[in-house]
Amino acid sequence: MAAGATYTPIATTTLGSAQASYTFSSISGSYTDLVLVVAGSIGGTDPRNVLLEFNSDSGSNYSVTILYGDGTSAASARVSNDTAANVGGLSNSTQSNTIAHIMNYSNTTTYKTAIGRGNRPADQINAKVALWRNTAAITSIKVYISAAQNLAAGTMLTLYGITAA
Amino acid sequence: MLNLISAIHGTGVAASTNSYESIATTTVGAGGVSNVTFSSIPGTYKHLQIRILANGSTAGDQDLQVQLNSDTGTNYSYHTLYGNGASAAANAGATQSSMIGGWNFAIGTGSANIYSVAVIDVLEYANTNIYKTIRSLAGQDKNGSGTVGLFSGNWRSTSAVTSIKLYPASGNFNQYSSFALYGVKG
Repeated sequence: MAAGATYTPIATTTLGSAQASYTFSSISGSYTDLVLVVAGSIGGTDPRNVLLEFNSDSGSNYSVTILYGDGTSAASARVSNDTAANVGGLSNSTQSNTIAHIMNYSNTTTYKTAIGRGNRPADQINAKVALWRNTAAITSIKVYISAAQNLAAGTMLTLYGITAA
Repeated sequence: MLNLISAIHGTGVAASTNSYESIATTTVGAGGVSNVTFSSIPGTYKHLQIRILANGSTAGDQDLQVQLNSDTGTNYSYHTLYGNGASAAANAGATQSSMIGGWNFAIGTGSANIYSVAVIDVLEYANTNIYKTIRSLAGQDKNGSGTVGLFSGNWRSTSAVTSIKLYPASGNFNQYSSFALYGVKG
C-alpha cells in the first residue's frame, strides 16, 4: 500500500553571516508539497514576519489571514494585496522558528496556498495562511524578513519535498 | 516529526528522512465527491499525517469533518482556536458524531482557484491502549476574507484506526481537491 519513503531534503543552509534574504531556486516540480523550516533569529530591535516571494513575483498578488497570541490575549489580522506571502515570524536576538507548508506547489490549476506557524517563544506564537494569486508552478522561493531586517548569522533554512503516492 | 526536524537542525545538515512514507492519495475528478475515505490503513506506523488541498461545492464557509473506522456514533469531541482576520475565537463540541479538521472548505464567489489547506496528524493511531487524538493546522485566505485555525479532536475508542473518512459539512469536494495520507515511523 505504501509508496515508499518521502519527505526529502531538497536544500539546506546555515547562514555564515547576516543577510537580507536567501533564495531556493530551480525547485524541481517532482514533489507534491514543500515544507520550509527556518530556525534562528533576525537583526534589529523587534521580532518580524517571515516573508516568501514566489517566482520573483514582487507584485501585490499575495494576502494573509493571521491568528496570534502574545501571552495576554489572542487576536486575528489580515493583509490583502500584499507583496509577499507572510507565513510566520522570527524573534530578534533569541532563537525562534517558522515552519511553512506550501501545498500542491507545482500544480498549474489552483492559486497557491501556504500555511505556517511562527514560533517566537520570547513574545508570540502565530498561525498564518497565505495566498498567492497565481496558478504557475513554484520554482523559486525567496525568504526574507519584514521591515528590511536581516536573517541573523547561524540561521538555518531547509526546504523539503513531500511526494504523494 | 518534530524530533526529525530537531535532529536535522541539531547538526545543520539535512539527514536521511526515510521515516515518512506515502500511503495513499486521492485527487477528486470532474463532478466532485461527497467524501474521501482512506481504508485498510496498515498498523505499521507510529503516526499518520493527512495533507489536504480542497474546496467544496456549497457556498459559504463550512467545516471539514473527520470520522474514524466508520464510527457514526456520538463518540467524538473537539476544540478549535481560529482567527477570521478581525478577531480570534474558540469553539468546542462534546458527544459529537465527527471531529472538525478544518474550516472554510467553501468555494465562495469569485474564488474558484482558491483551495483550503489542512495538515492533520493522527497520533498513535494504532495504539490499542488509548483514545485517539488528532490535531490540525488548517485555513484558507481569499484576499479579503478567510480563516486560519488550530483544531484538535478526540475519538473515544481504543481501537486501532484502520479507516479515515473526510467530508465537507454539506455538498461535495470539488474537482482538483487532493488528499494525501502518510505514515510516520516510530
